[in-house]
Amino acid sequence: MELLKEFRNPIHARTLLDELHRITTRPWVIMEICGGQTHAIMQSGIDQLLPPQIELVHGPGCPVCVTPLELIDKALAIASMPDVIFTSFGDMLRVPGSHGDLFSIRAAGGDVRTVYTPLDAVKIARDNPDKEVVFFAIGFETTAPVNLMSLKQAINLGLTNYSLLVSQSLVPPAMHAILSSPQNRVQAFLSAGHVNTIMGMWEYPPIAQQYHIPIVVTGFEPVDLLNGILQTVRQLEAGHYAVENAYSRVVTLEGNQPAQRMIEEMYEVHDRQWRGIGMIPQSGWRLRPAYAQYDAEKRFSLSHIVTQESDICIAGQILQGLKKPHQCPAFGKECTPRNPLGATMVSSEGACAAYYNFARIREGQ
Amino acid sequence: MTESTYPVIEGAVCPLPLSHDQTIVMGHGAGGKMSQELIRDLFQSRLMNPILAENNDFGRLSIPTNQPGHLAVSTDMHMVTPLFFPGGDIGSLAICGTVNDIAMSGGIPLAITASFILEEGLAINTLAAIVDSMAETARQVGIPIIAGDTKVAEKGNADKIFINTTGIAWVPDSRRIGGQYAHPGDIILLSGTMGDHGIAVLAARGELGFQADVQSDIAPLHGLIGTVLQAAPHTHVLRDPTRGGVGTTLNEIARQSRTSLWIEESLLPVHPTVQAACEMLGFDPLYIANEGKLIVICPPEEAEQALTAMRQHAYGKQAVVIGEVKAEDPGRVLMRTSYGATRLVDTLAGEILPRIC
Amino acid sequence: MCLAIPGKITALYEEGGLKMCKVNISGVTQSACVETVPDVQIGDYIIVHAGFALNKLSTEDAQETLELFRQLAEFDAQIRAEQESTE
Repeated sequence: MELLKEFRNPIHARTLLDELHRITTRPWVIMEICGGQTHAIMQSGIDQLLPPQIELVHGPGCPVCVTPLELIDKALAIASMPDVIFTSFGDMLRVPGSHGDLFSIRAAGGDVRTVYTPLDAVKIARDNPDKEVVFFAIGFETTAPVNLMSLKQAINLGLTNYSLLVSQSLVPPAMHAILSSPQNRVQAFLSAGHVNTIMGMWEYPPIAQQYHIPIVVTGFEPVDLLNGILQTVRQLEAGHYAVENAYSRVVTLEGNQPAQRMIEEMYEVHDRQWRGIGMIPQSGWRLRPAYAQYDAEKRFSLSHIVTQESDICIAGQILQGLKKPHQCPAFGKECTPRNPLGATMVSSEGACAAYYNFARIREGQ
Repeated sequence: MTESTYPVIEGAVCPLPLSHDQTIVMGHGAGGKMSQELIRDLFQSRLMNPILAENNDFGRLSIPTNQPGHLAVSTDMHMVTPLFFPGGDIGSLAICGTVNDIAMSGGIPLAITASFILEEGLAINTLAAIVDSMAETARQVGIPIIAGDTKVAEKGNADKIFINTTGIAWVPDSRRIGGQYAHPGDIILLSGTMGDHGIAVLAARGELGFQADVQSDIAPLHGLIGTVLQAAPHTHVLRDPTRGGVGTTLNEIARQSRTSLWIEESLLPVHPTVQAACEMLGFDPLYIANEGKLIVICPPEEAEQALTAMRQHAYGKQAVVIGEVKAEDPGRVLMRTSYGATRLVDTLAGEILPRIC
Repeated sequence: MCLAIPGKITALYEEGGLKMCKVNISGVTQSACVETVPDVQIGDYIIVHAGFALNKLSTEDAQETLELFRQLAEFDAQIRAEQESTE
């Protein structure tokens, strides 16, 4: 295990930073898609140590942030119902819906429980046969297999009281959406290493070819991130645009095939709303019709949900890397982690929260 | 414990006072015979001292008169799930938590009170074990429990047991210790590893699917403080970083004193198991609760003596210097990361939740 | 979306019809589902996300990557030495 701690070693970080400083000759804009990478960068502060020509922009890789408002409101409606146990990853508890959040539902008497894994939600379903147990199945491709595995297990155990409220987002369509936007400034991507651990790398060469941008599969430790940035800058400086793997200890070209087969069996692609961004075609997964009875959106009759988004929140522009959090007029004033107006301030992976927690002093806040 | 001085018509509450020796029932809080038996047989037998033995509705307290001084008072509610966990229980927590709060004044802990809200249905054996723990902890500290109260709440209205403890210390007027006294140039010391208590309790709760070989660090700190103040008599700040962790506590001090506190990430002590649990759940050890750790902020010329004194004490063996106090950027806590960058360490915003992102 | 940490497998078992393992990470023990990496052995390293093994981790590959960093450091030191000697 000491071996793996080496990917935090400041000595290796220094080596990579020195090399970056040596080879960077021009300004480059690089986007990291994954909120976990945003968090790791801001927490370690390595963005401050990069050559000044390198600008890191933070992408929409925060499944909490991009879950559509309407779905949050549906979650709140289901959680408020009697005889429902609503289970969720901790990340979702404070995301604001149109009126309140899961925390406030719990305070009002709803049975809302945090779980570390959806497999624990299945245990809850098994132990409470007279209740409906719903799991808020959010995530990118990384989390899809565990969400589906919980459903598989529930089915195998013969449970009839378990369902998923699905909010799965896909990375490649998001990349297309960003790169095809007329305001796009992104010249390269750090790909989310754990998404690639499941999906492999095969989806990305067409994107690199179409837009002529390098895509480097990157891990999450500070040394991994610097390694990914270095390989990206090497390509940019040389005018290359290929898909490279800077997280090879875990990521392979083909990815986790059994997981991909399970996803193919149970999920289908559909057009999806991304909160703050809008509709991105073919950018989400939902349960196939064969699993309709386990789809919470179909299982519970939800009256027409009227959504109401804060009109000052510019999360959408931030998620596309068009603006930085400190450029939002509400940042740090009406909108803080304690009083968030949008999901990017609630989620610890959201760019706004990361900026507020780690960096607001830098921009003169 | 005080006895009721007014007769209570027992029949109105509990017409057939059966010997409820297994669980707490409403009758135990009604003030009648059952209450008296509980107080005498469970509480007084374990907590007895000359002040309680007077059996009044009040407890007397003498204060030193050899030099001018004042009192420091602190009160705390204690609720924890589970009630017993590796390294401690709600009883030892209730005593140490309040002893530590008053000890942060730099004064001598004099006495403590203990009040209980018991949920109907609580096992008497459980209550006895908790009070045993309180008695033992109070004995170790050398502090008498001089007053208290017990009430019983209906099932569902109190999470098994809530304990309130209030502590009183006597502080010589010459002692000026408090968060507001941190001064630019001061050195910040921490007595040991961060996050042990929070992770031990979470692991014991068993809801997040992990086991960890971690003990809560519950400990009374008045002895450690005494040692530090002997070696570093001009210490400006003493604080124990409980809920919200070291990060939140340092922020409080920065705001109180209108200074900035600068810490070095590479110097922060964290047990590898606590570090691993935090990484698994997406927590930062800077924000996880401690119950037996001390932050000392003292003038630079006394820092080395303070550190040596801490390391010689049982509760300070892993004490380290973690940073210093500066004048610029008042009210903030800043950290130099292991990589050489500087970032903000903010106050904890709300509840810490495990995350997947 | 990707908080996952590496751990070493200390036991393999079945629960609720799923292949599971016990993982040890610096004294923290966790359970993780290994249905999608069925050929893992005790002693293997895996990456765990929300109680689920995403894939195996290759310690050989990790060694190779770290070796590359060491070589880069030497290379950079050489370049710096050459630059200084020509100044």
